Amino acid sequence: MKKFSGKVLFLDRNDINTDEIIPARYLTEITKEALKPFLLEDLSLDGFDVTRDIEEKAAVITRENFGCGSSREHAPWALEVNGIHVVLAESFARIFRQNMYNCGMFAIELSKGQIDYLFETYSRKETSLEVDVEASHLIIETEDKKDIIEFKVGGFDMTLVREGGWVGYADKHY
Amino acid sequence: MGKTLAEKIFDAHRVDMPFPDTHVLKLDRVFCHEITTPIAITDLMARGMDRVFDPTKIKAVIDHVTPAKDSKTAEQGKIIRDWAKRNEIKDFFDVGRNGVCHAIFPEKGFVRPGFTIIMGDSHTCTHGAFGAFAAGVGTTDLEVGILKGVCAFHFPKTLKIVLEGALQAGVYAKDVILFIIKELTVNGATNMVIEFTGPVVDAMSMESRMTLCNMAVEAGGTSGICYPDMTTVDYLWPTINEEYASKEAALAEFSQWISDDDADYEEVRTYNISDLEPMVTFGYKPDQVKSVSDMTGTEVNQIYIGSCTNGRIEDLRVAAQVLKGHKISDDVRAIVSPATPGIYSKALKEGIIEIFQEAGFCVTNPTCGACLGMSNGVLAEGEACASTTNRNFNGRMGKGGTVHLMSPASAAATAITGKITNSPLFKG
Repeated sequence: MKKFSGKVLFLDRNDINTDEIIPARYLTEITKEALKPFLLEDLSLDGFDVTRDIEEKAAVITRENFGCGSSREHAPWALEVNGIHVVLAESFARIFRQNMYNCGMFAIELSKGQIDYLFETYSRKETSLEVDVEASHLIIETEDKKDIIEFKVGGFDMTLVREGGWVGYADKHY
Repeated sequence: MGKTLAEKIFDAHRVDMPFPDTHVLKLDRVFCHEITTPIAITDLMARGMDRVFDPTKIKAVIDHVTPAKDSKTAEQGKIIRDWAKRNEIKDFFDVGRNGVCHAIFPEKGFVRPGFTIIMGDSHTCTHGAFGAFAAGVGTTDLEVGILKGVCAFHFPKTLKIVLEGALQAGVYAKDVILFIIKELTVNGATNMVIEFTGPVVDAMSMESRMTLCNMAVEAGGTSGICYPDMTTVDYLWPTINEEYASKEAALAEFSQWISDDDADYEEVRTYNISDLEPMVTFGYKPDQVKSVSDMTGTEVNQIYIGSCTNGRIEDLRVAAQVLKGHKISDDVRAIVSPATPGIYSKALKEGIIEIFQEAGFCVTNPTCGACLGMSNGVLAEGEACASTTNRNFNGRMGKGGTVHLMSPASAAATAITGKITNSPLFKG
C-alpha cells in the first residue's frame, strides 16, 4: 500500500481538467518519472505558483469535477511521482477517479459542506493530512486545529488501494 | 421494469460482480493508440506478461502524432508497432494507412451494435453511435483489457435525451451537442450513459451521430449511445455483407439493441431544437456556449477543420460548400486534416481537396495533431483558433491559446472573414 500522509495543497476551483494537471505536450514521455517537473504547469488559478506550491505536498483538496477531460493516466501519475497519493474533492470525473484507484491511490469524495469547511479552516495555513485506511477516516491538522473526518469508499476501490492497483487484482481473478 | 440499451449490453457481457455495483464486463474490442498504450506495454513487459487476450479483438493505430515529429514520438510509435507485430495484432494502422482512431475504427467495421469497447482515450464514447457501450479508460484499465479482455464499471445509469423537431438549414450535430453540453454543464452526466433519441437523431447520418456521441464525455458522460437502425446497417454494410444474407437480416439482429419502452432512466430530457442556431464556445470549458450570432465579429488567428469530432467526409463536404469560390482572409491561416486515408481519397475524388487548397487551406495527413496541441497547428501565446474539435481547455492547442469550438460550416465561414461568422448555409 502507498503512503497517504503529508502536507496539503489546496486548489480552490471547480473543473480542474487533465490538460491543466499535465498538458498534452508532455504525453510523449514514456516513463511516469519524466512527468514530475510538469505537474499543474498550465493550471489557471489566482495565487497558485507552480514553482512554489507543489514541493513536499502529499495531498490535494479541491472542489467539483476534478480531473475532467482526457483519459490520460498521466494525470494521476504526475501526482504520484510528486508524492501526492490522495485527492479530496466534492466530485471527480469518472475516468480520473478510476485511474487513481487503479494506481492504488485515493480519490475521496466529501460533501460540499465538508469541503467548504476544510477550505475555510485550513487553506490559509500549513496543513497536514493522514488517511487512516483501517478506520476509514481522515485526520487533518494544523498547528492550532485538528479534525477527524469519516469517509466512504466502495469495496472495490478500497481493495484496489490495499492491493496496490487493478493489474495485480485482475491477474489474480480473471 | 424494462431495461435500457446500456443495461442490456451489461447483462450480456457481465462475467463477475466482485463487489456491489462493480460490474466486470468482457470486452469485444480493445482499441489502442500510441500515446496511452506504450506505458501499458512496457508495464506488461516488466511484469513478464507481454501477451494479449485475443489479437483479433485488439485494434491499434498511430494517430496522435504522425508521422513522428521527434525522437520521443518515434519511440512511442516503435513501442506500439513492435508490440503489435510480436503479439500478431493484424489490425494495426501505421503511417500511411493510419487515421484518427474514432474515425478509422468505425470505417473499418470494427464497431457493432451491442459491443463493449474500451480505449485509452476519452472520446471512445464516439462508438456508442452504433448502439455499443464504448468508454474511455486510463492506461491501467487498458492494460488489463489487453491482458484479460475485461474491464470493471459501475452500473450504467442512463440519461435519455429526446431531440424533437427538425434542424434548420445550416445547423448540424455539432451545434446540437454544444447546446446539450451547455444545458447539462461539464459534469451534468458524470457516471451516466447519454442516450440520444428522437426524430432528429433518427434523421441523422452515422457521421452526425458520431459527432453527438463524441462529445458526451464533455458533459462527463461515460458513453454516448444511439439505437441501431437501417442507417447503421447501411454504414456498416460494406464490412458486414458477407456475414448477413441481407440488410434486413442485419437490422433484425441489431434491433435487439434498443431500450425497452418501460426502461428505468436516471433522467429524461426532451428538447425541441427546431429553432436551434449554430453554436460556438467561449472561455475554457465546453459548457461555455453561445450562439454564433452572439459571438459574431470575434477575431481568430487560425481555423482548424478535422478531429474525431468533425473530420469525416460529410464535415469536409459542408466546409467545401461554404469555401467554394472564396479565399480565406489574409488575417488567418487555415488547416484541414481529413480524419482517415479513406476520407482523404473520397475528398480528392470529389474535388473537395482542391477547393480547400484554392481557398488557401493547408491540407495535412490524417492525424489528431492540432486538436490537442501536439503537432500540425500549435497556437502561439495569445492566439485564438476557430476549431471543429471537442475541447476548448486553457492551453489545449498550445500554451496561452484559446479555442472556439464550432461546426465545420461555421469554421469555414470564419476562415473567409477572419472573424467568427455564421455560414451562408444558415438563413435564420
